[in-house]
Amino acid sequence: MSNEGTTAGKFQMTPFNMVAGVIVILGVIVTILRFTGGLGAVTNLTDYNPWGIWIGFDLLVGVALSAGGFVTSAAVYIFGLKKYHSAVRPAILTAFLGYALVVLALHYDVGRPWRLPYPFIVQQGTSSVLFEVGACVALYLTVLFIEWSPTAMEWLGLKKIRGIVIKLTLLLTIFGVILSTLHQSSLGALFLIAPSKLHPLWYSKYIPIYFFVSAVIAGLSMVIFESTLSHRYFHDKMDETHLAESRGVTLGFGKAAAYTLAGYFLLKVIGVAADNDWHYLATGYGAWFLVELLGFIALPCFVYAVGVREKNTTLIRWAAAWTVLGIILNRFNISLIAFNYHLPASERYFPHWMEVVISVFIVTLGLVLFRFIATRMPIFYEAAGYDDAH
Amino acid sequence: MTISRRKFLGWLGAAGLGTTVGSSARAAAKGEFSGFPDSFGVLHDTSLCIGCRLCEKACNEVNELPKPDRPFDDLQVLEERRRTSAGNYTVVNKYGTPANGTPPIFRKNQCNHCLEPACASACFVRAFTKTPKGPVTYDASVCVGCRYCMIACPFEIPTYEYDEALSPRIQKCTLCAPRLEKGLLPGCVDICPTEALSFGIRENLLKIARERIRKFPDRYVPHIYGEHEMGGTSWLYLSTEPFNEIGLREDLGTTPAPTLTAGALGSVPVIVGLWPVLLTGIYAISKRKDKIAAEEQAGAVALAAEQARAESKAELDKALEQAKKEQEAMVKMAVKKALEEAEEKQKAEAEGDAGDSGPSEETDKA
Repeated sequence: MSNEGTTAGKFQMTPFNMVAGVIVILGVIVTILRFTGGLGAVTNLTDYNPWGIWIGFDLLVGVALSAGGFVTSAAVYIFGLKKYHSAVRPAILTAFLGYALVVLALHYDVGRPWRLPYPFIVQQGTSSVLFEVGACVALYLTVLFIEWSPTAMEWLGLKKIRGIVIKLTLLLTIFGVILSTLHQSSLGALFLIAPSKLHPLWYSKYIPIYFFVSAVIAGLSMVIFESTLSHRYFHDKMDETHLAESRGVTLGFGKAAAYTLAGYFLLKVIGVAADNDWHYLATGYGAWFLVELLGFIALPCFVYAVGVREKNTTLIRWAAAWTVLGIILNRFNISLIAFNYHLPASERYFPHWMEVVISVFIVTLGLVLFRFIATRMPIFYEAAGYDDAH
Repeated sequence: MTISRRKFLGWLGAAGLGTTVGSSARAAAKGEFSGFPDSFGVLHDTSLCIGCRLCEKACNEVNELPKPDRPFDDLQVLEERRRTSAGNYTVVNKYGTPANGTPPIFRKNQCNHCLEPACASACFVRAFTKTPKGPVTYDASVCVGCRYCMIACPFEIPTYEYDEALSPRIQKCTLCAPRLEKGLLPGCVDICPTEALSFGIRENLLKIARERIRKFPDRYVPHIYGEHEMGGTSWLYLSTEPFNEIGLREDLGTTPAPTLTAGALGSVPVIVGLWPVLLTGIYAISKRKDKIAAEEQAGAVALAAEQARAESKAELDKALEQAKKEQEAMVKMAVKKALEEAEEKQKAEAEGDAGDSGPSEETDKA
């Protein structure tokens, strides 16, 4: 991405546009292959490994990294931390695009995507954790759309209806927190049904709690991470309030992330103790578990804490990026690496390059849409004549 | 406007979706279900299996599955470990090496038709049904193709048509449910030449299995696999070697699959009920804190202003007092001066009366 790329209107041959263009072309080709040849034509999925990176990354990571929306809006509108108000719009936009793309990605993964509404309109499988996930993701995507809509309405000049939507802010925020609590945790609960397939160090009764707490951490870290990138590429779009509050957001969210990571670390240790899994720590999987626990939970927790104490925003930004990596690692561990640990290596899954193409394609779509919206609509600044929102 | 009873109940159902989730979770959590009475099952005595693959052939025929690459009488395929696949509802595998002297053991693998199936509990469109007769059936007409059933199944049985672009189905053994309806035996049981497979009411099969173990204690492992595994399965197994060694996991436990997720689902009503109250409370408290802070600030400002006013008033009063005093002093002084002057004048006049008034004027000027 480059600065020239942020200029609204004309298409320009910037490096970002060229790379994005190539990815989109590849993505379209693989899309055609997927919907003409089936999953077998473009994935390495097997009967032993029915879920690959389209679930492990696109769904699990996508939803976790989109948690910034409910975390930020809850902080500002429920906990009353008004000094973070300028962080709400970018966070809601990130979340809305994140969830929209998760749903798009599911269209590739499920066999008959047009049947995705079936669980709600044809037959309700309420005993399934996936039903809970589906219902909450569908509802929350709607909530995010409404939460995001005032941005577009300001852009389009729909003053009246925007006023009505703004009045719903608190209700939508509370609804969003409930739905997020439910589906963030139940994404973890999906794996509760397979104790014989997920390695004991990752399988725990606490797994729904782990998913929820780590989603909060992911949300906090993504707000910082996104702000780092946005300052680089959309600096000219930011108004004085946004620029003035930004440092406070980084410090405040960094502090919250340090505390939440510390709590998450303790919960993970409690989980190992509760199932008495200590002896597994001496195995190969145990070493890998410790890499995650120490390298991607304890370490960023410490770096965050140091960054906050010394008011070093650069350090906090590095911690945020590292934490995001850690969340990706955790979701991969649970859905792919520690899943099916009992199978011989020949039966294990490794993604096909075309699966990677689709995942990269979808992330690229997200970046392009974010740029499209952030360069045109009031995301980093207050639209003139609409300062009644606070 | 008229509302039919059905419509009204439909609305009620829609409104109470959250409660439904909760109640079914609770029902699952109680988990006292021990199978439908008089449901059917199959007892697979692996000590009687000769690995002829006739069951595979029969299965292929009655289910009209695609022709395999290698014919069913090719026993070389037994040399490799196979699993169920989209075109293969059942496979026979060979276990044990002839090298250590013991004869190999053959075991047929297929859907075990759990009493409380993981696939059925995991399916968010209820595509799977545990029928009262025993089979776990699948309805492709509602299946979305999410493959969560494959994740959930502890026996790794359901398979998927990965090469179907637009209409992929889950494929698995049906216990020949359509044949059972017609009063026929499952294809595999029907063809088995050695009675390694016995079809019957599950309770009776358990009795037969116990009887065999009792009669031949040296031959069988004293355990009926499937009696309690994952809450019990309609297929039951007898073996002469530990079940682990014939590819049946011994670490699955006896907890039925729905129980594993019942706790998580049970927390839904807790969150739905508690969160709005808690969050509204937090909002109210933070709002009230803001209000109190604002009030305190306003109060402090008012107090400061009051104090300033009082101070300035005191100063003003003091100044006024001072001015008054000064004025009085001046008046006094003026009066005193006037009096003195008057006195002097009087004196001078008195002197003037005695002599001349001129010098007195001169004295004044000097």
